[in-house]
Amino acid sequence: MDTALNIAQGVSVAAQPAIEIAHLRKAFGSNVVLRDFNLTVQNGENVVVMGKSGIGKTILIKCIIGLIKPDGGTLRVLGKDISTLNHRDLDELRMRIGFVFQSSALYDSMTVRENLEFPLRRDRRNKISGNIEDHVREALRNVGLENAIDLMPSELSGGMRKRIGIARGLILNPEIVLYDEPTTGLDPITSEEITHLILELQKKYKTTSIIITHDIDLARETANRIVFLTNGIAYMQGTYDELMNTTDPEIKHFFKR
Amino acid sequence: MATSQDTKTVFSKALDEFFYGMAELAGFSVNVFKEGIKPPYEFKEVLNQCYEIGIKSFVLVGVTAFILGLVLVMQSRPTMIEFGAGSYLPAMSSISIVREIGPLVTALICAGKIGSGISAELGSMKVTEQIDAMEVSGTNPFKYLVATRILATTLMIPILTVYADFISLIGALTGSNIKDDVNVHFYFNRVFEALHYTDVIPSFTKTFFFGFTIGLVGCTKGYNSKKGTEGVGKAANVSVVVSMVGVIIIDMVVTQITSMLGYL
Ligand SMILES: Nc1ncnc2c1ncn2[C@@H]1O[C@H](COP(=O)(O)OP(=O)(O)OP(=O)(O)O)[C@@H](O)[C@H]1O
Ligand SMILES: [Mg+2]
Repeated sequence: MDTALNIAQGVSVAAQPAIEIAHLRKAFGSNVVLRDFNLTVQNGENVVVMGKSGIGKTILIKCIIGLIKPDGGTLRVLGKDISTLNHRDLDELRMRIGFVFQSSALYDSMTVRENLEFPLRRDRRNKISGNIEDHVREALRNVGLENAIDLMPSELSGGMRKRIGIARGLILNPEIVLYDEPTTGLDPITSEEITHLILELQKKYKTTSIIITHDIDLARETANRIVFLTNGIAYMQGTYDELMNTTDPEIKHFFKR
Repeated sequence: MATSQDTKTVFSKALDEFFYGMAELAGFSVNVFKEGIKPPYEFKEVLNQCYEIGIKSFVLVGVTAFILGLVLVMQSRPTMIEFGAGSYLPAMSSISIVREIGPLVTALICAGKIGSGISAELGSMKVTEQIDAMEVSGTNPFKYLVATRILATTLMIPILTVYADFISLIGALTGSNIKDDVNVHFYFNRVFEALHYTDVIPSFTKTFFFGFTIGLVGCTKGYNSKKGTEGVGKAANVSVVVSMVGVIIIDMVVTQITSMLGYL
């Protein structure tokens, strides 16, 4: 009886989506960025968000992690309603989410090592067992920058910064990763490596991801589903092939077909 | 006619800005207290900031304090001798240094050096999304960046003031020794004889307020700075001006209160 109940609960927990966004609204003055945005991301799913520059993709993921307060709608992340959380619970939830900034946002007064150590040292759950140093090195190896460990961010190229930003976003082995244009400004080979890294993480740790990108190759390889954002709504959702073969003029125009 | 109208708008604008600035500071300090008193505390970061403040300013504060002590004695010596009060020179310098010169000089130098530094640092962290990055790492920036810095300035300005007082007294001793030959032992005896707790306590207490003001203004202006490099520069600039004026106003108020209590 007990076991059956546990199993039933286990199933219901597993079936709970990682991210549920309903009727999300955000405006800056008269500039309505998100009007009525709805999206559900299942556990272990990679969702790619595409859309024109300045359409509100970054705003969307900043709402998800609570950096920006939406004007309306509901946002449930890992089963928790973001708007009802107090500071402490929100911080705890954030440690389960990796965020890769479009601008990398590295701490420029810290070395690469300290940048990667920061989330580890701030982690109150003390989940990471073993040596911090080993962990940092592994994270750097994942993005192919092991020998940059003692450099300052100002000594890195734009692409290197981007990769350190990704390594930092992933260092706590988060359950959800929000990538803001992880391959923009990178060469094709590094882009491909990042693409593989994202896929590998999804396989290895069952991470759920939202990936914002303009990189068609990245989208094709990683997306279980692509969401096309325009006019403040999730205008169209589907697999890569579905979006490529659609007759919708707006999307055809975006992909220049 | 037009000019009076202009003066009016300039004046009311300045008034608006003043009240807006005060409201901004008040709101910010409420937030800092609200977040800062909740555990977990960031002791390590407070120590770190104290160290930074100490390292950044002890040479500058020391040199300035020494010179001011020296100059004070050199300038007042002829007059004091003329009035036959030459033997009061150590007592006079000790009271002026401990009551006024030490605290004020330390606070003004730190307003320029520490306050602008804090404000530029937080401003550029804000602009380059580093504060957002801390927040998504589960770190409350009000606790980690702001409360720690304000606590550090509140603790360090008093310590730096004691140090400045001491160096300045040595400067004064050096000044006395240019023309006279004053024994170190004798000099410090006279210095401490002249000082009462009614001199020391108010002047030491006010340095905590100086430190708090410098930290609060620096953090507020930096944290709320407008986007862009210009915004960051302007924030640093404004923070220096506001905290210097703030320090001088606090100094005046504390002097009034001490005088009302009959300690002057
Ligand atoms: N802090 C802000 N204040 C006011 N408006 C803002 C702010 N941040 C973003 N916006 C506006 O919100 C809109 C969406 O911005 P967002 O950064 O989400 O675009 P994006 O889709 O990520 O574009 P890109 O692909 O170029 O990164 C833009 O029109 C922008 O002007
Ligand atoms: Mg963006």
